[in-house]
Amino acid sequence: MKLIIAIIQPYKLEAVMEELDKTEIHLKTVSHVLGCGRQKGHSEIYRGVKEAGNLLKKVRLEIAVNDQFVEPTVSAITKAARTGEVGDGKIFVMDLESCIRIRTGEKGPEAIG
Amino acid sequence: MKSTKYQLPIFLALVLLAAIALCGIFPAHAQEIAKNQPQAKIDTGDTAWVLMSAALVFLMTPGLAFFYGGLVRRKNVLSILMQCMVALCVISIQWVLCGYSLSFCPGNGFFGSLQWLGLNGVGLTPYAAYAPTIPHQAFMIFQAMFAVITPALIIGAFAERMKFSAYLIFIALWSLLIYNPICHWVWGVGGFLRNMGTLDFAGGIVVHINAGIASLVAAIVLGKRKGHEHTAPRPPHNLPLTVLGAGLLWFGWFGFNAGSALGANGIAVNAFVVTNTAAAAGGIAWAILEWLANGQPTMLGTVTGAIAGLAAITPAAGFVSVMPSLIIGLLASVFCFIAVAVIKPKFGYDDSLDAFGVHGISGIWGVIAVGLFASKAVNPLGADGLFFGNPHQLYVQAIAALIAVGYAFAGSFIIMKLVGIFTDMRVTDDEEAIGLDLSQHQEGAYTILE
Repeated sequence: MKLIIAIIQPYKLEAVMEELDKTEIHLKTVSHVLGCGRQKGHSEIYRGVKEAGNLLKKVRLEIAVNDQFVEPTVSAITKAARTGEVGDGKIFVMDLESCIRIRTGEKGPEAIG
Repeated sequence: MKSTKYQLPIFLALVLLAAIALCGIFPAHAQEIAKNQPQAKIDTGDTAWVLMSAALVFLMTPGLAFFYGGLVRRKNVLSILMQCMVALCVISIQWVLCGYSLSFCPGNGFFGSLQWLGLNGVGLTPYAAYAPTIPHQAFMIFQAMFAVITPALIIGAFAERMKFSAYLIFIALWSLLIYNPICHWVWGVGGFLRNMGTLDFAGGIVVHINAGIASLVAAIVLGKRKGHEHTAPRPPHNLPLTVLGAGLLWFGWFGFNAGSALGANGIAVNAFVVTNTAAAAGGIAWAILEWLANGQPTMLGTVTGAIAGLAAITPAAGFVSVMPSLIIGLLASVFCFIAVAVIKPKFGYDDSLDAFGVHGISGIWGVIAVGLFASKAVNPLGADGLFFGNPHQLYVQAIAALIAVGYAFAGSFIIMKLVGIFTDMRVTDDEEAIGLDLSQHQEGAYTILE
């Protein structure tokens, strides 16, 4: 089991969700976050979007998947969120130790999907 | 044909300067008009009420901004507020430069003459043909607020996708070529619909049919918002803002309708009472319709119904009594509910905030309702409607509505296409996805952290 965390441009969320749906990945958690990466310090170059402290609005996706879904998920996100410009975001993949479905008490891989 | 960055602002500034220069040329004419006016006495109570009403109607445009602003997604709220506030700026100037003259200066049946350009001759003594007891400029500024809010109503149709520069050109042309003429036809001395006996107390034809039909055209020409091809619209980002806006609109509407009596008198009181009654009937009717159709009454539905009732009673406010106003408000909600919930999904045009579905439909209904319910017992200067033994008035109202619908439809279509030749009407797909606040104005309405 892996946990995939993706930080993407807010306006790409819709496209990413659509692409994930096509890949049969339906479970995700989405939150608004602020962050900055390499564009820090010259944010005015980036479409004039300036914010206090150079923190830019981003969207954070958290998706827990079984191992065979890692590649499809990552490529779906990459495909939909990429513009080729600075600020497209990052995807982190990490091991997921355990997963419990609260309603049934199921544990492990069957609790994810 | 894309313009460079500074072309539009410079062009607008030049137009403004040219217009100001032009207005300096006509003062001699103007003084003649002033001399020829019949002398009338200014009534302080009437003047106070009309000035107060003008301020109330002014407040409707910011109210509309909040009403619409709450309904869009959070990335577009400033673009809506901006479009409304800029309409206040642009049309207020257009009105004193040439709009008032084209609308109200006695002319032929179709246009006002240009003798009141730059308000030359529009003075502080009454102009009896319009309002014998208040200064002419009080009537002018009251009407200015109507001219402002009418194009602002159309914003609801092209919300979330229209390019700001294209919007500016559109409302300037639309005011000049659609609002000013129709206003003259219905209200101006010599206007052919006025001479035909059309009754439009506070703007059912001039404001609501006009803006409503233009909205339908704008929505069709611009096409759907991105992401609305298959899915349902995104939920409104701030309904409390919308309810605040609706409250301000309802409040301002007392000036809109009761102020249209142009005096502090019985007709004003009648208009005030029927306005409130129709709004209430519309609001509760929509809530009940939703309750029956969807299982729950909603806040948005209730305020939408109230606005439908208000728009429908507008042409009738000075001509009908209170019981008919109940029916007018109630049926306004029924017709608009059908338009918004049944007709719009069926035809698939994306009238984002239902400017046509609410203002267009209830405007048409209100104008027809005058032909049904008008009574000389309420207003001796009006006429009797069908239910008071005069079917001819219904015919007159229907013809007037039809002419206005036709002109507004064709005219708005031509203007949209015309502006489309010189600039893109829509923002690019990327700009639409980022949101109009950032892409058109480089501002964001809300922050995430404090």
